[in-house]
Amino acid sequence: MRVSLFITCFNDTLFPNTGKAMVALLERLGHQVEFPMGQTCCGQMHYNSGYQRESLPLVRHFVDVFRDAEVVVSPSASCVSMVQEVYPRVAAEFGDESLRREVAALSPRVHELSMFLVDVLGVEDVGAYFPHRVTFHTTCHSKRMLHIGEAPQKLLRKVRGIDLVELPRADECCGFGGTFAVKNADTSIAMLSDKIRCVLDTRAEYCASADNSCLMHIGGGLHRQRAGVNPIHLAEILASTDEDAPAAKEVRS
Amino acid sequence: MSREGVPPLPVSAPAMPFQDAARLSLGDTQLRFNMGKATTTIRAKRYKVVDEMPDWQNLREAGRAIKDRTLRHLDKYLIQLEESVTRVGGKVHWAADAEDANRIVAGIVKSHGAKEVVKIKSLTTDEIGLNEALAHQGIKAYETDLAELIIQLADERSSHILVPAIHKSRAEIREIFRRTLENTEHLGDEPKELAAAARAHLRRKFLTVPVAVSGVNFGVADTGTICIVESEGNGRMCLTLPKVLVSVMGIEKLVPTWRDLEVFLQLLPRSSTAERMNPYTSFWTGIAPPGDGPDEFHLILLDDGRSKVLADRNGRQALHCIRCSACLNICPVYERTGGHAYNSVYPGPIGAILTPQLVGVENAGSLPYASSLCGACYEVCPVKINIPEVLLHLRGEVVRHKQATLAGKLSGENIAMQTVARVFASPRRYEAAQKAGRLGQKLMVKGGVIERLPGQLGGWTAVRDVYPIAPQTFREWWKQREKVSNTKTVPRQEARP
Repeated sequence: MRVSLFITCFNDTLFPNTGKAMVALLERLGHQVEFPMGQTCCGQMHYNSGYQRESLPLVRHFVDVFRDAEVVVSPSASCVSMVQEVYPRVAAEFGDESLRREVAALSPRVHELSMFLVDVLGVEDVGAYFPHRVTFHTTCHSKRMLHIGEAPQKLLRKVRGIDLVELPRADECCGFGGTFAVKNADTSIAMLSDKIRCVLDTRAEYCASADNSCLMHIGGGLHRQRAGVNPIHLAEILASTDEDAPAAKEVRS
Repeated sequence: MSREGVPPLPVSAPAMPFQDAARLSLGDTQLRFNMGKATTTIRAKRYKVVDEMPDWQNLREAGRAIKDRTLRHLDKYLIQLEESVTRVGGKVHWAADAEDANRIVAGIVKSHGAKEVVKIKSLTTDEIGLNEALAHQGIKAYETDLAELIIQLADERSSHILVPAIHKSRAEIREIFRRTLENTEHLGDEPKELAAAARAHLRRKFLTVPVAVSGVNFGVADTGTICIVESEGNGRMCLTLPKVLVSVMGIEKLVPTWRDLEVFLQLLPRSSTAERMNPYTSFWTGIAPPGDGPDEFHLILLDDGRSKVLADRNGRQALHCIRCSACLNICPVYERTGGHAYNSVYPGPIGAILTPQLVGVENAGSLPYASSLCGACYEVCPVKINIPEVLLHLRGEVVRHKQATLAGKLSGENIAMQTVARVFASPRRYEAAQKAGRLGQKLMVKGGVIERLPGQLGGWTAVRDVYPIAPQTFREWWKQREKVSNTKTVPRQEARP
């Protein structure tokens, strides 16, 4: 399949390894990967902060960039939910009829990575090898806006060598919420410290998630505490193979 | 006012911004402990009793649909309710705002020469500041719901829709009772003892006070029946013992027919107290035969901003609310800050969308931002109010309101947002910004992270490190990769013929 990547501004700028992992993973599965260079930001920050009229040019821009894509796949549940859930609203409220039609035609073709693999391609075993203790944080937008379900867990369970441990209170928000973390810093910190305690309780080496934005929050807190737990995007686990872990291979053989 | 920094009612007062009030609450470790414990317990119970209902999602849908239909024809159903109540011997009053409603209640109390009233289901009367208004007229109001009573005796405000004293521990309650009630010198802090002390106090009032004031859970248009649901039975005492009953009902508390109650009486107890069935459900239809309940019944239909909410197509779903408080109990923000941080009689997620609509976004502009948009409130709402959607709609209103003034236009946030939007709209500007940012952060990056950010962003780095702009962005990597693969394929193509 011809897959257009929507890497999102956040991942492009701060977490390029997630995008690289997606390329490796999708190519390994036999897909033709494209990265439309014109892409920038989905406009979620503007929309969610109340600058909704300001998000309109970004909606138009996204549609222009991805209009001809067969499918668009992204490593961010939160940005995908912006496209699927909010774009129709923006187009209806501020846009014109033609934009509304284009959004309606495009947004069903935009997928979050794990849902694309499991629900669209029907793949659960992607041939990954990751011999580490991992806990998975279900992000709010993946759970409650995209209804991502068990897709990430299905994929993770098929990863060879992984020791997957359940995160206590996994459904609870980590307190990021975009500008919430800055506007309501004290409340956000209170939520984060409870989340970190839950992560530490699992004694995992890695805290994984389908959204780098939440991982930036949790990981930023873990790093400050020198907690020794690394944040990692789901795509990076799925992209790992034996070749990436020669030491572990020796132990196994 | 006993809690430092918590201003008293009423709902219309310009509020302290949420983040400032939240900071006060977050520093109160006893509050944090009590709130965490209470909400965790009630959440777990709720999940259990909701999960055992196979048709829960259909019930939610039915609840939403009934509320939708009611609001679409609210004028018609309200007039039908007035006719029905009048037909069964009640008297209906229309109150446009808090002042109207308070004047009507005071007038009724005075016309009976009374100096005291007993009260139950006081949320709506809290909204209009009835107790304070009555006190001005020399009338003393006694709350009879146990938690409301505790709050009243402590001279505080409720912090929860259903459990107003949720932030209080047993020891604190014992101290309040010892300070304010008779014969409590040796009172312990066992729930049984505390309840007994309250009961002794309340019995005296039930039997002597001539007028009762109640709120309303549901008003049924076709029969003129009024309904309240409660857990203690004190409501039933208020509704049956005094000679005169005055019920104050927000105009959105209407259901068209008696049959509609079937849906809500399943949704409400499971969502609120996590009970399968409500312990005390009282219905009254007009006035009873002499000696069996009040001789006089008044229904006050309160607008107080509700018709304005109804006029907002995006915000009106807030009027679906049946005040179950499931959204408070699930909300991670409410759990940490408690209800006082919202500066509103309607705290938590529902308060964050209802209060700004009732008092105007210009008076409560921080409340739509008092959420991380995690969506848990929407997931549990028994009548499917899409709270995150309304929060976003109201954030838009806040910004539009701000942008209408010169100071707002020139504010740092507005300028930053406009600039960033322009940058994102052009890939060229966006790439230039990435490069500029990488250069600008150079002095801040230490050991792969940034430990301190300037200005408002400093809130982030108080406890969190920041990942800097990558040495090579994804798009730079991609460009390089394309170049390499092109140079690889070119010679091959040349060699082909």
